[in-house]
Amino acid sequence: MSSQQKESWNSRAGVILAVVGSAVGLGNFLRFPGKAVLNGGGLFMIPYVVAFLIVGIPLAWSEWALGRHGGNRGHNSAPGIFREVLGGTHGSFLGMLGTIMPMLIYTYYVILEALCLYFAWSFLTGAIPELGADAEKITSFVVESLGMTGNGAMFTGQQMGMLLCIALCTLINFTLIYRGLSKGIETFCSIAMPLLVVCALIVLVRVLTLPANPVAPDQNLVNGLGFMWNPVAEGRSLGETLTNPKVWVEATGQIFFSLSLGFGLILTYASYLKKDDDICLSSLTSAAGNGFCEVVLGGMIAIPAAYIFLGPAFLSNSANVGTFSLGFMTLPNVFNQMPAGAFFGFLFFFLLFLAAVTSSLSMLQPSIALLEEGLGLTRKLSVSLLGGITLLGTAFITWYSEGLTALDTVDFWMANFFIFIFATLQTIIFGWIVGKKRGYEELSSGAEIPVPRWIMFVIRFISPVYLIGIFLLWAKDEMPGRIESLKFVDGQPTVSLLSLVFILLVIAFFGWVVAVSNKRWQTQDDEKEASS
Amino acid sequence: MTAGGWIMMCLAIGGMTGLLAWCVWKVISTPGSTEHLHSPADIDPEDD
Repeated sequence: MSSQQKESWNSRAGVILAVVGSAVGLGNFLRFPGKAVLNGGGLFMIPYVVAFLIVGIPLAWSEWALGRHGGNRGHNSAPGIFREVLGGTHGSFLGMLGTIMPMLIYTYYVILEALCLYFAWSFLTGAIPELGADAEKITSFVVESLGMTGNGAMFTGQQMGMLLCIALCTLINFTLIYRGLSKGIETFCSIAMPLLVVCALIVLVRVLTLPANPVAPDQNLVNGLGFMWNPVAEGRSLGETLTNPKVWVEATGQIFFSLSLGFGLILTYASYLKKDDDICLSSLTSAAGNGFCEVVLGGMIAIPAAYIFLGPAFLSNSANVGTFSLGFMTLPNVFNQMPAGAFFGFLFFFLLFLAAVTSSLSMLQPSIALLEEGLGLTRKLSVSLLGGITLLGTAFITWYSEGLTALDTVDFWMANFFIFIFATLQTIIFGWIVGKKRGYEELSSGAEIPVPRWIMFVIRFISPVYLIGIFLLWAKDEMPGRIESLKFVDGQPTVSLLSLVFILLVIAFFGWVVAVSNKRWQTQDDEKEASS
Repeated sequence: MTAGGWIMMCLAIGGMTGLLAWCVWKVISTPGSTEHLHSPADIDPEDD
C-alpha cells in the first residue's frame, strides 16, 4: 500500500472547506456576474437553479459516492476508482481523464492565479492606481503583463514581476501539496476560505455604500443592482430569454465550472473519506458555500460597482464583461476611480488570489494520487515529477502568449470539451453500472440528511440526457471554429494545433502511467487473492 | 431597478444564504459529525 492511501482528512469542517475552496475560484467573482448580465440578468437564475438541481447536486453526489467507494477499496486516483467500479483495465483508461483534465487546467490556471497576485501587488505599490481611469493604459498593462503582444514576449526581461509571481505561485502550490492532504491542503483552506469571505465582505460593504456617480447621477447603486438582477434582458422578452438554448448552455456550464464538477477533483477528495462518513450533507454544504460566494458575493460586487463608474453602455458590450476583461480590465478601472480604491483593489485581487490557490491545489492532488498509488512513488518523487510536467506546460503556455491562443486552446479542450464527456460518463457509470440499488445504498451510507429515492431516477435518466443535449448544442456552435483553427499556415502549424499536440503528448504520457499502474494493481489483486 | 429585479435578487440571495445556513446548522447540530478525526488505522480498504 502506498503512503498516499494512508492519508485522510483531519476533520469534517476541513473536508467541506477544502471542497468549497476547490469550487470557489475566479469563476464565482468574475464569470458568474458576466454570464448573468449577458444572459437575462435575474432571469439567468432560473436555468441556473434548474441546472443546480438536475445536474449540480446529482452529479456532485455521484462524484462524492464514486470517490468514497473507490477510496474504501484502496484507490484515490480517478483511474484506480474507475478500474474498481468498472472492473477492468478499460475503466482505468477512461478514468485517466479525471487526472489529465485538472493537471492541464492547472498549467494555465496558475498563470491567472499569478496575475491576481501581480495585480494585488501592483495596487499596493501604486503601479495600477497611477494608470487612473484610462482604459487604454489599463488594457496595455494587462496585455504587457501576459505578453499578449507576441510569442515569447514575457521573456524579454520586461515582465520580471509577473514571472516572479508565476514562480511564487508554483512554489506555494507545490509546497502545500508536498505537505500532504491534511497538513497542506486542509490547513491552508481552513485559513484561506474564511479570510477570503472576510475580504469579500469588506469589498461588498464598500460597493454597497458607494455614492452615485456625480457626473451621471443615474449611475447609482440601485440602478447598478438593477442592471445585474432585472429579469428581462434589453430588447428581449421573458419568453425569448428562457427559450434561448444559449442561456441554458451558459447556466449549465457555469454550474459545472463553479462546483468543480466533471473534473475528477471531487473523486479524489472524496476518496479520503471513510465508508460511514456522510457525503450528502457535506456535498450539499459545499455546493451551498460555493453558491453563496457566487450569487451573494460575486453577484453584488463586480457589476454594480462597474455600473456606477463606467455606466450601462460600457457593460452592455459583451467584450467588457467576459471573465477575463471584467476582472483584469474593467474592475481595475473601477477601483482606480473609487475612494480608497488602491486598498479595495488590493483586497479584491488578494481574495481572487486566495480563491485561485485553493482551486489550483485541488487540480494537483488527482495527479499526485495517481503517481503515488499507481507508480508507487514517494511524495517527494511524485511532487517533483508533477512539478516538472506542469512547469513544461506552464512554460509552453507562457511562451505562446500572443493573443492567449495556447491558453484558450487548452482551456477549450480541457475545461469545455472533455469536462462534458467526463461528467456524462460519471453519471452514466454511477446510475447504470453501480446501478439504482447499490447507488442509492452508497449515497445513503452515513447520510445525515434523508436521501430522496427519486434522486437515482434523476441521475440515471435526466442528468445524462440533459448533459448530452447541452453538449450537442454547445458543440454545434463551438466545434466548427475550433476544428478550423487546427491547420498549417505557410507550412507552419498554428498555435492551436501545437497546443492540441501538446495535450495529446500529455495524454500519451498519462496513458503510459496508467498502463504501468494497471500492472501494479493487478499484481496487488493477485497477491490478495492468493493470500485469502 | 424594477420590482422583478428586487424579487429576483432577494430570492437568489435569500435562497443561497438560507440553504447555506441550513446546511451549516445541520452539520453543527448533528451529534459527532463536526469532528471526525481519522487516523491511518481508520482507513480500512475492504473487498466485496
